[in-house]
Amino acid sequence: MTTTAVPATTRKDWASDQEVRWCPGCGDYSILAAVQMLLPELGVRRENTVFLSGIGCAARFPYYMSTYGMHSIHGRAPAIATGLATTRPDLDVWIVTGDGDALSIGGNHLIHALRRNVRMTILMFNNQIYGLTKGQYSPTSELAKVTKSTPFGSLDTPFNPVSLALGAEASFVARTHDMDRQHMQEMFRRAHEHDGAAFVEVYQNCNVFNDGAFEKITGREARSAMLVPLVHGEPIRFGKDSEKGVVQRPDGRLEIVDVADVGEDAILVHDEEREDPGLAFALSRLSRGPYEPTPIGVFRAVRRPEYGASMAEQLADAQERRGVGDLKALLRSGATWTVG
Amino acid sequence: MTTTEEHRTEEHPREQRKISRVVVRFAGDSGDGMQLTGDRFTASSALFGNDLSTFPDFPAEIRAPSGTLAGVSAFQVQIADRDVTTPGDVPNVLVAMNPAALKANVGVLEKGATLVVNADAFDERSLAKAGYDANPLSDGSLAAFTVYEVPMTSITQQVCKDAGVKPRDAERSKNFFALGLVSWLYTRPVEPTIDWIEKRFADKPLVREANSRAFRAGYHFGETAELFEASYEVGPAQFPPGEYTQISGNQALAWGLIAASKLSGLPLFLGSYPITPASDILHELSRRKEFGVRTFQAEDEIAGIGSAIGAAFGGALGVTTTSGPGVDLKSEAIGLAINLELPLVVVDVQRGGPSTGLPTKAEQADLLHAMYGRHGEAPVPIVAAKTPSHCFDAAIEAVRIAVKYRTPVLLLSDGYLANGAEPWRLPDVDLLEPIDPAFATAPNHVDAEGTSVFWPYLRDPETLARPWAPPGIPGLEHRIGGLEKADGSGNVSYDPANHERMVRLRAAKIAGIARDIPPVEVDDEAGDAELLVLGWGSTYGAIVAAVRRARARGHRVAHAHLVHLHPFPENLGEVLARYRRVLVPEMNLGQLSRLVRAEYLVDARSLSKVQGVPFRAREIEAAIEAELGGPA
Repeated sequence: MTTTAVPATTRKDWASDQEVRWCPGCGDYSILAAVQMLLPELGVRRENTVFLSGIGCAARFPYYMSTYGMHSIHGRAPAIATGLATTRPDLDVWIVTGDGDALSIGGNHLIHALRRNVRMTILMFNNQIYGLTKGQYSPTSELAKVTKSTPFGSLDTPFNPVSLALGAEASFVARTHDMDRQHMQEMFRRAHEHDGAAFVEVYQNCNVFNDGAFEKITGREARSAMLVPLVHGEPIRFGKDSEKGVVQRPDGRLEIVDVADVGEDAILVHDEEREDPGLAFALSRLSRGPYEPTPIGVFRAVRRPEYGASMAEQLADAQERRGVGDLKALLRSGATWTVG
Repeated sequence: MTTTEEHRTEEHPREQRKISRVVVRFAGDSGDGMQLTGDRFTASSALFGNDLSTFPDFPAEIRAPSGTLAGVSAFQVQIADRDVTTPGDVPNVLVAMNPAALKANVGVLEKGATLVVNADAFDERSLAKAGYDANPLSDGSLAAFTVYEVPMTSITQQVCKDAGVKPRDAERSKNFFALGLVSWLYTRPVEPTIDWIEKRFADKPLVREANSRAFRAGYHFGETAELFEASYEVGPAQFPPGEYTQISGNQALAWGLIAASKLSGLPLFLGSYPITPASDILHELSRRKEFGVRTFQAEDEIAGIGSAIGAAFGGALGVTTTSGPGVDLKSEAIGLAINLELPLVVVDVQRGGPSTGLPTKAEQADLLHAMYGRHGEAPVPIVAAKTPSHCFDAAIEAVRIAVKYRTPVLLLSDGYLANGAEPWRLPDVDLLEPIDPAFATAPNHVDAEGTSVFWPYLRDPETLARPWAPPGIPGLEHRIGGLEKADGSGNVSYDPANHERMVRLRAAKIAGIARDIPPVEVDDEAGDAELLVLGWGSTYGAIVAAVRRARARGHRVAHAHLVHLHPFPENLGEVLARYRRVLVPEMNLGQLSRLVRAEYLVDARSLSKVQGVPFRAREIEAAIEAELGGPA
């Protein structure tokens, strides 16, 4: 809108005057900090930035940002964002959501926003529990989880959010966690740069209802052995001395091996731009839960027409071919007759 | 046309009788093209200058098993040389393309009615499918009617033969034969239909040829077969001077939204999920991209309204369209829009309920849902269209209220208005009132530290509307949401007194709209009526016709028709108090009557009809007579 240079800002400029009301020790604090510290680096304007959310602990996020924002209704943020992003391509639209909001009540809106590739940056805080309603299992909770609503253990097979997003034709899918600000910021930056719907799963600790859910993989001691960083163009290796790696077997299966056993050249090189999402899908299923080596990073980043831009093109094209709509002509577009 | 005229006068001088009006009902299988046939007959009558009113009446199944009663699709139209307000109580002419169509419709005919049947379709198999034990054409059961048996299928196949059209394909053109025949019978002009066929089937030469030949064959059949003793002419009606077009409710509603977009300068965004009978609004708007209209076919009803709310937040004209169960699904989001206080138009093209109900049939049973169908104290303004063309004005009015008061507005139409058509005198669009979005442009409050800030819930003292500040303006950044807000600042607040204040403010804002809408007009010619007929929505035409007839019989009856159902016009209480009796005809179990009884403590009597079909004028007339104690 304005052509003047983007004013320099600091973290403080992006924080609202509202008191943050998450439980002390909640992983959401570090995510909020990561976002507020990243925004000054993105060269964006506060007035052109919108944070949208649905319902849940994560959904309070917009109140803590000094941008435009809307705390809407449960699960519907991607639908609301679709209307906003397609009519206002000048805006940066961020969605902050949780595992219940995005994958349970809002599952339908999420998958359709992803397949349409509407420009929006979706940060999904996954804590594998319902926090705001005080501790029921969520669609990402592990099978047999004992919670208030599942005293005998949950019977639901959980969603793998990255697999789901890839299956929904998402053009950008990443995973990060709340214990690593730098990695979070890198993922958020990449997601924000993406021209289309970008989905980032953030492993987030709910220290009240599901404390330590990711401790075995994101804890400082565990990380090197349990997090498998995905770097575009690089062999997929991890471990303290990068001694572990991922190989693809002739039947397509991915397997974790000792690099020493197979040789460096046998290690799978990560390609986030592969048109076929099959390999990214296989990577998303390398671990069966947050207690096995788990890939983090960008699983997939491909270019696909952005929905709002395509919509705008159709409008421009119609106006070029037919001229800007004339109401008088519209009313006379059917057969007319004159009396008197 | 000239040759036809000469043909008639020279070779077959046939009597041409002038009549003032006729009601024709075309009935056939769902796949027989009856809607198209009725629509073309209507279009040529409109161009001829008749007044008219239509009633498309079709099943929910796209193609129910052929030849069965369930698959019968009908189109009724009344054409007249004077002002008509309904598609007619009963048909004077029934065109039945098969035994099922005859069986499904013959019951409503009155003695002396004309029946034109496709004789070819009355074979044993078709008769059995329709449940006839004996052939009604020969068993004397139709003795009360004038029956014309016309071999429509075989003649159509015959005339198409040397054009290279296979008999099976030619058979599909028999509806145009029927159209041709009825066009001759009522002296309709030929050219509009031929022109239309030429254009519509321009890229399908064989279909074009078959339809055109079938149509001409039907016309010539009427003229040459010594079957019909006369043809009839319904002369042009006296219309106020102006330019006219024929319009359906859904089309008028779509155009009204486009007009409102122009008047407000707000780009139109429609978020919608296909549902009968509202889908044609989505279709029509999707064609009009040169007006900058964005249409979004959402994944579900919720996303339809959700996206419209998002667009409204961004400063667009957000609209969602739906019907039946779709309205239920939108309730949660309407509540959000009430709390966000953003402009939004929710169009409900009412159909029979509950649940899936009667998808293709009309009902007015969503009024109380529109009023109360949300949790919490959640008032919304309600605007209802009364005729197909009035959908244009009603759409503009809904947008005006939504934008001025920053509120979702429920715009009620119904299946009868949506598909029904009538002549419409085109408005002078230059005379339509502009709609001012009055976006916020600057901070509106000074806080305790003396800093200028933006308070999203600081209200206009007169309208109680809050400022609308779409993203993009530095200094106006703000957060809104579904949680209760502090009066003024809009911050989240759980304060008990604040909640009550906000509940009352939201209610007062909507109630205050009464000062900004026209008073309800009463049609009470002599001013001495004993009975007021109070209506809303699509019952308008039937009520007008009934009141005219009752007056002609000496009854003193007044009519008032509500366009604004919430809030009611300020003068409604005073109007109701003027009449000894109040009768409220509705296609529900008495929803408006309940509202006016509660609001004004008047003994408003309900006249209910919930059959999925509109009132007949005579039904309302009978109720008027019953109220007033028999014929005057």
